[in-house]
Amino acid sequence: MPKIDRKLIAKKNKVVASLKKIIIAENVLDHEDQLRPFETDGLSAYKQKPLAVVFPENTEQVSRILAYCNDEKIKVVPRGAGTGLSGGSLPLEDGILLCLGKFNKIIDIDYRNRCVVAQPGVTNLSITKAVEEKDFYYAPDPSSQIACSIGGNVAENSGGVHSLKYGTTTNNLLGVEVVFMDGTISRLGGKTYDSEGYDLLGLITGSEGLLCVITEVTVKILKKAQAVKAALIGFPTIEDGGKCVSDIIASGIIPAGMEMMDKALIHATDNFVKAGYPRDADAMLIVELDGTEKEVEELIEKVSKICKKNNSSSIKISKSEKERLKFWAGRKAAFPACGDMSPDYYCMDGTIPRGKLVDVLKEIGRLSKKYNLPVANAFHAGDGNLHPLIMYDANQKDSLEKTEKFGADILKYCVKVGGVLTGEHGVGVEKRELMCEMFNNNDIQQQIKIKKYLDVSSLLNPGKVYPILRKCAEEGRVHVHREKNKFPNIPRF
Amino acid sequence: MFTEKKINFPTYQDSNSIEYPSNEKEVSNSIKNFYKSNIPIELLGSGSKKTIGRSIQCAKTLSLSKLDGIIEYLPEELYIKVKAGTSIRKIEEELKKNNQQLIFEPIDFGTLLNNKSDFGTAGGQVACNISGPRRFKVGSVRDHVLGFKGVNGKGEIIKSGGVVVKNVTGYDLSKLMCGSYGTLVALTEVTFKVLPIFEENKTLIIHNHKIETALDLLDKAVSSSNDVSGAVFFPKESKVHGCLMNIEKTFKLNDLKQDGSITAIRLEGSKNSVDQRIKNLIKDLNVVNLDISLLESHQSKIFWNKIKSLEFFSSSKNNIIRIVIPPSECVKLAYLLSNRFKYYIDWGGSLIWLEAFELTEEMFESIRKKVVKHGGYLTMIKNSNYLPYVEDVFTINKERFVISQNIKKSFDPKRILNPDKMYTGI
Repeated sequence: MPKIDRKLIAKKNKVVASLKKIIIAENVLDHEDQLRPFETDGLSAYKQKPLAVVFPENTEQVSRILAYCNDEKIKVVPRGAGTGLSGGSLPLEDGILLCLGKFNKIIDIDYRNRCVVAQPGVTNLSITKAVEEKDFYYAPDPSSQIACSIGGNVAENSGGVHSLKYGTTTNNLLGVEVVFMDGTISRLGGKTYDSEGYDLLGLITGSEGLLCVITEVTVKILKKAQAVKAALIGFPTIEDGGKCVSDIIASGIIPAGMEMMDKALIHATDNFVKAGYPRDADAMLIVELDGTEKEVEELIEKVSKICKKNNSSSIKISKSEKERLKFWAGRKAAFPACGDMSPDYYCMDGTIPRGKLVDVLKEIGRLSKKYNLPVANAFHAGDGNLHPLIMYDANQKDSLEKTEKFGADILKYCVKVGGVLTGEHGVGVEKRELMCEMFNNNDIQQQIKIKKYLDVSSLLNPGKVYPILRKCAEEGRVHVHREKNKFPNIPRF
Repeated sequence: MFTEKKINFPTYQDSNSIEYPSNEKEVSNSIKNFYKSNIPIELLGSGSKKTIGRSIQCAKTLSLSKLDGIIEYLPEELYIKVKAGTSIRKIEEELKKNNQQLIFEPIDFGTLLNNKSDFGTAGGQVACNISGPRRFKVGSVRDHVLGFKGVNGKGEIIKSGGVVVKNVTGYDLSKLMCGSYGTLVALTEVTFKVLPIFEENKTLIIHNHKIETALDLLDKAVSSSNDVSGAVFFPKESKVHGCLMNIEKTFKLNDLKQDGSITAIRLEGSKNSVDQRIKNLIKDLNVVNLDISLLESHQSKIFWNKIKSLEFFSSSKNNIIRIVIPPSECVKLAYLLSNRFKYYIDWGGSLIWLEAFELTEEMFESIRKKVVKHGGYLTMIKNSNYLPYVEDVFTINKERFVISQNIKKSFDPKRILNPDKMYTGI
C-alpha cells in the first residue's frame, strides 16, 4: 500500500474532532472496537483497520468531508456494502473509511421514463423488489445482489448471470451524482440516453472508487419477459459442455443466461440447496431462455438439439417459476456452498473468449495438481466470465501465499488466451500487480494520468487497481511484462 | 461578423498539409512530431461526418483512411476487430456473411451532409457515438465497443478493453472514446461486439394525428413486454415555412397508407415470436379499431433504413438539430416546436430531430434553454447558410466543462488533437 503517513496517524484525535464538526459525532467511529467490523470487505484474506469510519447522511456532508480531507491530505476509502471480492474497499491505516450505508433510500420510481433513482447504499435486489409490482426489474444481478449496494455496483461495474443479453451495470445506468475529491458535486447523465461530451458516466463506472464518490444513481428498469424458462443440462465431460456453449452461440441464439459448473461444484451446490442437479455429470449447463411463450418453446427445442449433438447426458426443463428459481438457487449459492467444502476459498474472476474454455479448464486442472490445492469451477459461460474457486486452509502456513500464486497463474493464462484479468469483481488490491500482464507502461500511465487530473494529490482510494512498485507507479515506474523491462530485479510489494 | 464567419468556416487545404499514415506506428510518429513542434491537427476518417461539431482550422490534417481492414472476426465469439479507418459498409457486409450485425444501427449521415449515403468509418462512428432507432432497446455505439487501440496527443500508443463483454480491468476508456470527436486519441483499432441478425422484422403503423395519443402509444409499446425495437412518430405536417413537406414522398411504401402522420412500432426476432408479439401489441395498445397498417419484413426494413439515414431531411439546406430528452418531457417540448419547425420523434419519445429554417442564434439558444430545463441536451448537427457558425454546437455545464478539460489534458496535454472541435478550450 502507499507509504503510511505516520504524522497523520499521530494527529488522529484532531482529525476525528474535525470530522465530528462536519457530521454529528455518533456518525464518526474511531474506537478500536468500533473499527474492527470495517477492517475487511468481501476479500477477507486482507485486513486493516482504518483511522476512522464516517457515515455521512447527505451529499453535502460527503462533499464537506472530501474537501476537508483534500485540504488536510488525508486519504479516503469509499465503501458501499463491503461485499466486493477484490479488496477495493480495504481500509488504509492512515485513511478515513467513508461508508455510504446511510444512503439507503429509493428516491424516485419513474415508470414513465423507465428508471429508478436511488441512493448508493440501496441494495441491488431492492431495486427490482421496488418495481416488480408492475412487472419491471433491474437487469444486472450479481450473485451478491441480496446484500451488495447499487453504488458499489456502479463503482465495480458489476455483472451477473444475464450480462450477455442484458449487459452489465454500465449498460443499464442512466445517471449518477458524484463528489470529487476536492468536494465538487457533479451530475453526470440523467434520465436521458447517452449524454453529450465525454462519456464521464462510462469512465466512472468501474473506476473502483478511485475517481469520485457516488452519492446518487439512476438506473434503467426493464419490463419482464412474457415467458422465461431454464434448462438444466448434464454432460459427461467438460469438453462436451464447452463445445455446446460455443455451438449455441454460433447457432444465433443469445440466451438470457448461460452458466456452467464442474462436477465438484454440482455436488457442493446440490448438497447445499437440493436443486436437483445431475450429480452423475462432469459438467452442467443452466441455459435460461426468455421471450414469448412460443419463442421460448422454440428456443428450448433448438437448444436441446444442440445439447444432444454434444452428447448431453440429461436435460431438465423448468416446469414452473418456482422450479426455475430453484435451478438458479444452486448457482447463486456456489460460493457459500464452496465454503462448506473447505475452511477457506479464494475466488478468481478472469474472462476468456468462450471458445478457450476447455483449454483454460485443463490448465486450471494442471495447476491444481502443481499447487496441490483443489479447485471448483463456476463459469458465466454466456459471457466468458470464469470463477475458479480455489480451496485452502488459511490456518496452514504459507497456504494463502500459495493460493494467491495459483490464482495469479490462472489469470495470467486467461490473458494469454486473449482474455482479461477481471470480468466483474474488479482489480482492487488483489489483482493490481497483475495489471502489467494485460497493459504496458503507456496504457497504465494514461489511466494514472486521468486519476492525477481528477484527484490531484491521489487521496481517493490510493493503492488500488494500479501496481505499486518501489517509489510507486505514479512516478512513472511500472514493471513491464513482455516488453523490455528496465528493472527486472526490483522487488515488488 | 462577416470576418468572424469567414475565419470559422472550413477552408481549402492544399494536399501537402494532409498526411496519410498507413499503420499505427506511422500515426504515432506523426503525432510525436506534431507534439514536439506544437502543431494542431485535424483527425479525419472518410470525412462523412466532418461538418458535425465546431469548425476548426488546423495547420495539418491526419487522415486515418489508410488504416483499413478487418483484423480479426470470430463470429462464434461475437466480436469483430477492425482498423479504425475501415468503412462501416465493409464491416456490415462481412458480418452479413455470418448472419450477424452491428446491432446499434450505425447512423448514415451521408445523405444529410453530403447528398450521398455514407456510413463513414468504424472510427468515425465511435467518435460521434450517435446511434440509430434501436438505441433505446440495445444501447448505443458506446455499449458495443469492447476495446480499442489508438495514439494519444503525445504520440503514445495506448489501448484499453479487450474482446470480451465482461471486463472491468482498469478504467473503461473505450466509453470515453465514444463521442469524443477525436479530441482525445487518434483511434487505430476498434473491437465491436456483434450479434445475430433478426430473422423477422415487422412494423405496426398507427395513423393518428394527435401527438398526445402518439406518445402515449409509443410509451405503452416500449414499456410493454413485447420487446419493441423501434418507436417513432412523424407528425402530420402543417406547412412550415422554408421546409419541404415530404412524409408521403419519403415513406412511399405499398402497404403504408398516405394519411398524414405516422406512429410506427417495430418488432424484431424469430418469425413466430414477432407474429405473436404483433398480436399482443395490437391488443395491449387497444388499437384494433383504429386506422392501422402492417409493414411486412421487406417494407419494414426499407422504412427503418430511411429513418437510419435521416431521409426525411434529405436535400435540406436548413439547420438540423438533434435533441435528447427524458420521454416524459417530450410532449411539452413538442408543443413548443409544433408549427414552427419540421420535426419527428424517435426512441419512443426520447429523441427529437428538428429542421429549422432561418434559425437565429437567439432562437437556437432559446431552444437549448428549454431542452436543458427539461433535463435534456441538444446538438447542432448541420449548419445552414443562414446560421453558418454557432459558438456552442454541443451542450455542457460549468462543472462538466472543468472535468472534461482535465480529461483532455490527461490525453492531449498540448491540445493538438482536433482542438476546439467540441468546446472552446478543449
